Amino acid sequence: MLNIKNYNIKKNVHVYRQGKINIAYDVNSGSLHVLDDKTYCLIQEMIEIQDNNCLSIDGLQKEMAKTEEILSAGEKEEILLELGELQANNLLFSQEALEMEPIYPDLPVIKAMCLHVAHDCNLRCKYCFAGTGSFGGNRELMSIDTGKLALDFLLKHCGNRPQCEVDFFGGEPLLNMQVIRELIAYGKRIAKEAGKSIKFTLTTNAVLLTDSVIDFLETERVSVVLSLDGRKEINDRMRPYPNGNGSYDSIVPKILNFARKRPDTSPYAIGKYYYVRGTYTHYNTDFYQDVLHMADLGIKRISVEPVVASPEDAFAFREEDMAKIQESYDILGEKVLEYRQKGKEFSFFHFNVGLDKGPCLPKRLSGCGAGHEYVAISPEGGIYPCHQFVGQEKYRLGSLYPLEAELKEDIIQEFRKAHIYNKVECRSCWARYSCSGGCHAANVAFSGELTKVYSLGCELQKKRLEVAFYLKVKEAQQQILI
Amino acid sequence: MTRHIQTIIKGNLSATIKTGGCGKCQTSCQSACKTSCTVGNQVCEK
Repeated sequence: MLNIKNYNIKKNVHVYRQGKINIAYDVNSGSLHVLDDKTYCLIQEMIEIQDNNCLSIDGLQKEMAKTEEILSAGEKEEILLELGELQANNLLFSQEALEMEPIYPDLPVIKAMCLHVAHDCNLRCKYCFAGTGSFGGNRELMSIDTGKLALDFLLKHCGNRPQCEVDFFGGEPLLNMQVIRELIAYGKRIAKEAGKSIKFTLTTNAVLLTDSVIDFLETERVSVVLSLDGRKEINDRMRPYPNGNGSYDSIVPKILNFARKRPDTSPYAIGKYYYVRGTYTHYNTDFYQDVLHMADLGIKRISVEPVVASPEDAFAFREEDMAKIQESYDILGEKVLEYRQKGKEFSFFHFNVGLDKGPCLPKRLSGCGAGHEYVAISPEGGIYPCHQFVGQEKYRLGSLYPLEAELKEDIIQEFRKAHIYNKVECRSCWARYSCSGGCHAANVAFSGELTKVYSLGCELQKKRLEVAFYLKVKEAQQQILI
Repeated sequence: MTRHIQTIIKGNLSATIKTGGCGKCQTSCQSACKTSCTVGNQVCEK
């Protein structure tokens, strides 16, 4: 029989309805179940009773009166027995995971680096967190010497990690293509000498994505994230050239040309991949149409994400946008299924959730690793916790000049401690092991603190997870039918 | 007896607190997002 004494159901079991399916997500095991209507009602009532009373009530089952109208005593006992079986197998109402803080070595092991090779851009995107490319500083390109120092720094600090990651970022990195070419050659050489390898990625707006650049990226196996917001009018409103003209017409052919060369890209962004990435704002809360527009163009790997903005920005989300955005995710989930059935399958990044094959709990607790496993380097050699913090002096970790200088210990510790167990809102949230407390930069932009979460972002994250789990269920049900 | 619950995925997440942490996996923001930490969107590369 199910035992829920002192068990916080809402914290550990998320029960919801999506597309007429009752779904239960067991937070601690990462298991997923489909419930019949009676079981769904029963668990909902148990949660309701816990909400109204305290967690320590003993005879909770006895208090469940509402479900008597739809459940006979025998049925109720039958369901509780079944739930008890699942609990005994640690699949539902499973034991809470041990609350162990992530353990790190004294010196940070840095395995990933965002290399800002260009603080300049050939577009003037209105929501750019980089201040249209300059990050609030001078428009400048990274020198080859600084780039080499950065790669030396990475290999010096990566401990025993066999593989490191380097992302060429900006501004627009292709403005500094010669340095990228030289750095890839240099990085491969020094990594090989150290018995390691570096995986390179590049994030670009595609304006300078010529055939020779594409050939180079193919030859060097560089993964690429290409920026496009979707429909022409949506993209051009936020992603114009400096003269005000939209970028859609000039970049779409280049993006499609590139995407066609990588038909087997992993939906989980591993190996050599491409993703076309867009941003949605207050202006296109119906962003599912932008995703579908890209899918209709033939793009198979799509990520469209909410803008990070200050509340005073005209394109920032407002509370009243939430319902529309959530509806967009619901519609998008159904469209993913519809397109799959039509043989026009595409992958939406935020709907790819690893459950049984997902990351381990230590990874989920440590999150993105910004500030201690991941750093960003500005063109002049400044070291920051991640690309979004570049230019924020308060968070400057150090500099490559002089290379021997140590990183600021207090900032490293601040980021290491910004995990879910130190965030009040996360401790009892059912999504805690999937989002790891959200983006540090978004949290700071919203609350000014690393440990206070961006609440609107939380709601969006939870909605995306609900749809992602729903798609897992539909996929499994489809396989059973086959 | 009628089954009321269909298990779709059997996870074992809580046990990985002792077995995980090898660090071989990709850093979250190095993938497609760049604006939101989405650890759950990754796969274990062990």
